[in-house]
Amino acid sequence: MATMHTQNTARLMMSPAVLMLLVWMVVPLGMTLYFSFLRYNLLMPGMEHFTGFGNYEFFLSDPAFFEALANTLLLVGGVLLVTVVGGTFLAILINQPFWGQGIVRLLVIAPFFVMPTVSALVWKNMLMHPVNGLFAWIAHGFGLDPVDWLAVLPLFSITMIVAWGWLPFATLIILTALQSLDQEQQEAAEMDGAGIVSIFTYITLPHLSRALTVVVLIETIFLLSIFAEIYVTTSGGPGTASTNISFLIYAEALLKYDVGSAAAGGVVAIILANIVAIFLIRMIGKNLEA
Amino acid sequence: MGAITLQKVSKSFGDVTVIPGVDLEINDGEFVVFVGPSGCGKSTLLRLIAGLEDVTSGAIRINGTDATGMPPAKRGLAMVFQSYALYPHMSVYKNIAFPLKMAGQDQAAIKQKVESAASVLNLTDYLDRRPGQLSGGQRQRVAIGRAIVREPDAFLFDEPLSNLDASLRVNMRLEISELHQSLATTMIYVTHDQVEAMTMADKIVVLRAGNIEQVGSPLELYRNPANAFVAGFIGSPKMNLIEGPEAEKQSCTTLGVRPEHIAVSTDGGAWKGVVGVAEHLGSDTFLHVRVEGVGLMTVRAEGEFDLHHGQTIFLTPVPDKIYRFDKNGNAIR
Amino acid sequence: MARETTRNRKLVFTVIGWTIGLTLFFPILWTIITSFKTEGEAIASPPSFVFFQWTLENYFEVQTRSDYFKHAMNSVIISLGSTGLGLLVAIPAAWAMAFSPTKHTKNVLMWMLSTKMLPPVGVLVPIFLIFRDFGLLDTRTGLVAVLMLMNLPIIVWMLYTYFKEIPGEILEAARMDGATLGKEIVYILAPMAVPGIASTLLLNIILAWNEAFWTLNLTAADAAPLSAFIASYSSPEGLFWAKLSAASTMAIAPILVMGWFSQKQLVRGLTFGAVK
Repeated sequence: MATMHTQNTARLMMSPAVLMLLVWMVVPLGMTLYFSFLRYNLLMPGMEHFTGFGNYEFFLSDPAFFEALANTLLLVGGVLLVTVVGGTFLAILINQPFWGQGIVRLLVIAPFFVMPTVSALVWKNMLMHPVNGLFAWIAHGFGLDPVDWLAVLPLFSITMIVAWGWLPFATLIILTALQSLDQEQQEAAEMDGAGIVSIFTYITLPHLSRALTVVVLIETIFLLSIFAEIYVTTSGGPGTASTNISFLIYAEALLKYDVGSAAAGGVVAIILANIVAIFLIRMIGKNLEA
Repeated sequence: MGAITLQKVSKSFGDVTVIPGVDLEINDGEFVVFVGPSGCGKSTLLRLIAGLEDVTSGAIRINGTDATGMPPAKRGLAMVFQSYALYPHMSVYKNIAFPLKMAGQDQAAIKQKVESAASVLNLTDYLDRRPGQLSGGQRQRVAIGRAIVREPDAFLFDEPLSNLDASLRVNMRLEISELHQSLATTMIYVTHDQVEAMTMADKIVVLRAGNIEQVGSPLELYRNPANAFVAGFIGSPKMNLIEGPEAEKQSCTTLGVRPEHIAVSTDGGAWKGVVGVAEHLGSDTFLHVRVEGVGLMTVRAEGEFDLHHGQTIFLTPVPDKIYRFDKNGNAIR
Repeated sequence: MARETTRNRKLVFTVIGWTIGLTLFFPILWTIITSFKTEGEAIASPPSFVFFQWTLENYFEVQTRSDYFKHAMNSVIISLGSTGLGLLVAIPAAWAMAFSPTKHTKNVLMWMLSTKMLPPVGVLVPIFLIFRDFGLLDTRTGLVAVLMLMNLPIIVWMLYTYFKEIPGEILEAARMDGATLGKEIVYILAPMAVPGIASTLLLNIILAWNEAFWTLNLTAADAAPLSAFIASYSSPEGLFWAKLSAASTMAIAPILVMGWFSQKQLVRGLTFGAVK
């Protein structure tokens, strides 16, 4: 749609961004792949040698891997469940006219802007602490024994902390989609004799389906790599009760200095993320044409 | 000076050929309209002349010099876009002044030229406003103002009236025609609306699928369409194009009769038909008639005709106003 | 909006809305309140919400004990630096993709997005080793580079969607009016795109400020921005809640305010234009 001259200029202007990202992607990815086939420990420099699929065998046969995989899925699934259901509910609520709507909206989205390390610390110490935490005080108020949340229910507690941070994201996106819902379409449905439930099922929900899909896909991408919340609260413990794949790889690499097996884990993590990414990319790609 | 010559100009986007090869002569001071259905390549042709697209092959000459490879700004042409393409962050004054500023003219000269253009276009009171605060017609005038101040060799208009409502469109049509009279500068105007073409043009270029079907003055095209496509495109309501036995009787494939060239009678005539819809406009009556052995025909009867749905009437084409086309659609003379 | 909502209905929603809003906001509010308590009051049971001796002491303590401002400066430099550099690279690229698209443009955009979807942990090992070998560990330079590259796809993408909304005809008009490429960008594109560029800037500062994977893994005492510095309070001996709260409040306050201002753009940026 333009002359040769502008097209050549355009290519020139794109090249820095493209080249930088290409290097950023290809070099570390290649290295990860390469290391994953090496016996390589930072504590034993100069002892690197080729082991074929040894690292994969070691990493994938480690019982910690399966626990981490299960924890990852539970964490992602749990947060998704809370944020999608809660987010839909909250979005519909905020979309109703009431006094101070704007301020409530600001209050609801605030947690998204709290950095993960802060939210993890605040929840860990000031809310979930078994002695001085606010939850303990509330439990006392009801005559119950306080729960040591992060020791007894570590994964559940982390799920709550993460969900608190991501709930605003889901709410905001669903709210945006809700507000683009055609008022006349609802009125037409009403004229056609549809009740509140029918309108929600046949008009609102289909309209939201796209936004909900986007929420699920994008959250999944980010939630698969949850790290800081675990690092700060439980360090993956007790035992490996709250270790996810990200944290497991971190532990292999920077706590055990086992580069080879961490790299193999990294490849596994990339494959897992790609399964989700393919769907997301397709959806966004379709949107590009529209 | 604003003579433009296209020599075997062609344009392809990848594998898709939009314009296979066009030769055209545009004389200085002419008002030329490119008309055709959407997708016929008329806008592309204009953008090639403007220099916003590269030609694939062929040459464009402006005032005798080869302009084929020149950047748009160097061609001495001004363009009014369909969306007006006003700069939303600049006042009306700055919009009109922009090309002068780019040309490096001094402030005093710019001020004088912008103000005189604004007074011609009735924009003097709006010079401080932003485009967003103007009505459609005013925006259109700002776009024209921005084109005028450059004193170009030729103006290019790309469907400039399509975003206006019907009554405003009639007014702007007149204003542009008047502007052409007073400036006497070449204008190339693209539209899909044959009424605009007929009312404004000195010369109409009818395009279809990137090819020029016919070039001529409005009345030449009306009187002597080169083929059935031009015949059907020029004139309102559209010419009735009849195929089948009635056409064969006249030894042609397609028989063309303009709605205004049919005599209507309730007693007798060449064709017998039943009125479907009668549109009473006062000055005219448009009848949509289902004719036996012919099909649906549109007829224009002058004045008030008291005819209604379901009535049987007789139609007779005016003998020397009949058009005949062969199997390729070309006119038989 | 054609309907009158009854007063009662509105009242019910007001109560529900505010209850939920305050509940979700409570952890932040509690942090802010605690930051004004003494350490003793911070762990007192029953906790007091309003009636305690308000003090600013923690804010001073945080600074004198742990050099808070050094880390705050790190955060500022890293988030502004990575965003600024990102914009510098992304603006020309987005311009090219929006106004001079080829049949590959879409694929390039999709590919850029796909790099964003790589889990960071997948490349932790090589990045860590590269940083170690080039002496970039615990430096602001290294972190600026990583965060810039990490957010570059989002910056390009956001700018692209904003630029796309500027009609190409306006730029063509400028070209017809005799503007060169440089003038076209300076006089037409840049002023029209200011709102888009500003919100891209804002969102990316937020993302860079809150980033915690690379900051935790690649920095230590020197270059740690607030997101990594705060984590040092997780050790048992660092259990000073009032000071933790003061440090946290200072770390999140500027971003919270920015976030509130950019909530609309946030949706657009984080969904890559899939939801508007």
